[in-house]
Amino acid sequence: MSGVIEPITGRYVHVDVGGEICRIYFEENGAGIPLVCLHTAGSDGRQWRHLLADQEFARNFRIIAFDMPWHGKSNPPAGWDGAEYQLTTARYTQTIRAFCQALALDKPVVMGCSIGGRIVLNLAIDHACEFRALIGLEAADFQAPWYDTAWLNRPDVHGGEVCAALVSGLIAPQSPENSRAETLWAYKQGGPGVFKGDLYFYRVDGDLRGRVERIDTRICPLFLLTGEYDFSCTPEDTKRTAGAIGGARVTIMEQLGHFPMSENPEQFRRYIAPVLGEILDQSRQTKRGVPV
Amino acid sequence: MTARLESPRETMISASTATDAAVIEAFAGIPALLDQAPALIQRGRLLDCECLLGPASRAFHASIRQGRIVELAPAPVLMRSWRFSYRASAAAWAEYWRPVPRPGFHDLLALTKRGEAVLEGDLHPFMAHLQYFKDMLALPRRHFVTAAT
Repeated sequence: MSGVIEPITGRYVHVDVGGEICRIYFEENGAGIPLVCLHTAGSDGRQWRHLLADQEFARNFRIIAFDMPWHGKSNPPAGWDGAEYQLTTARYTQTIRAFCQALALDKPVVMGCSIGGRIVLNLAIDHACEFRALIGLEAADFQAPWYDTAWLNRPDVHGGEVCAALVSGLIAPQSPENSRAETLWAYKQGGPGVFKGDLYFYRVDGDLRGRVERIDTRICPLFLLTGEYDFSCTPEDTKRTAGAIGGARVTIMEQLGHFPMSENPEQFRRYIAPVLGEILDQSRQTKRGVPV
Repeated sequence: MTARLESPRETMISASTATDAAVIEAFAGIPALLDQAPALIQRGRLLDCECLLGPASRAFHASIRQGRIVELAPAPVLMRSWRFSYRASAAAWAEYWRPVPRPGFHDLLALTKRGEAVLEGDLHPFMAHLQYFKDMLALPRRHFVTAAT
């Protein structure tokens, strides 16, 4: 055998989300602290493949990335009647918690990007004690819209092309061409209306202004990292959000945009490695009974 | 005290006369650069459109046929119609065409969000061919530094 086989494995788990069974695809690698990774709107778990394959991280973390229902290899729920897909704060939160429970994860770390970063804030508000640490990439309580989402799903505009073209500007110019193309490919492959439906959560239902003040980082540490080239969730949006949360840690990442883990995995690693290292240290100290 | 609402154009960054001239010259060169980009022409092969593009103060009427710019005429042209326009300050174009643009100046819609560009009219051809327009309007990037220095 001469082919290189990556250490990532993929399986399906049947998850009860609000009384509805969802067949969810997930990939994982490593052992140790569960680290659940959430993809951006309109994409899927492939965005995390470089982190999943990272041998150093995999020594201490069980890295898991799942495709939300309707995304990637997770089909729409079996009972879907063709109604317009719209992600809500409640449904998104419910899905993540149900997935973690289905895998019996013990106080996982959750790291989400974009909509995943936003929902991480909601987890911190309402369910902090269930998690070891929370990491929001390109996360803010709210950000100003910069296009009309009606363009994302209409019969006279190619959905895959317009979704990819819109988000292409959110990638930093320094990102390698192959990683840029791969990041956009997932957007070209999304189901019709799925990106738009995710943005219902982002734009309409998931406005967390006035709620993030309730986050208590003593219960669960919160790390926020945003790329300097992200003009959707700008560094200022993240800093403003963090300003209302005592103890929130902010990092602005140079030469990165809205998709740090997939647009430039090497550059992202420089920023996420110290965060994961700190979580690992804290976890070890807690295990030894040392107050942190 | 009377509040005054600023339009995006009033807040645009300003450019020197030299930059204005360099941007206009670079714009005039786009059709030739496009002719040398067969993949981009292929991407726009189904596009026929009249549009108004360029610096806010000295825009161009572009006639696009099957992905090629067959005419680029400085505005104003008497009674010439257009379906959409994308106009930015000359300084914003100069920033957009830097080899590595600064954050916020690296994308057409980043420029509209920050008020450095204005998108108007019937947006269907622009949105249906969004990557084409992004790439076509970025064509001077490799050449602009030389032109401006």
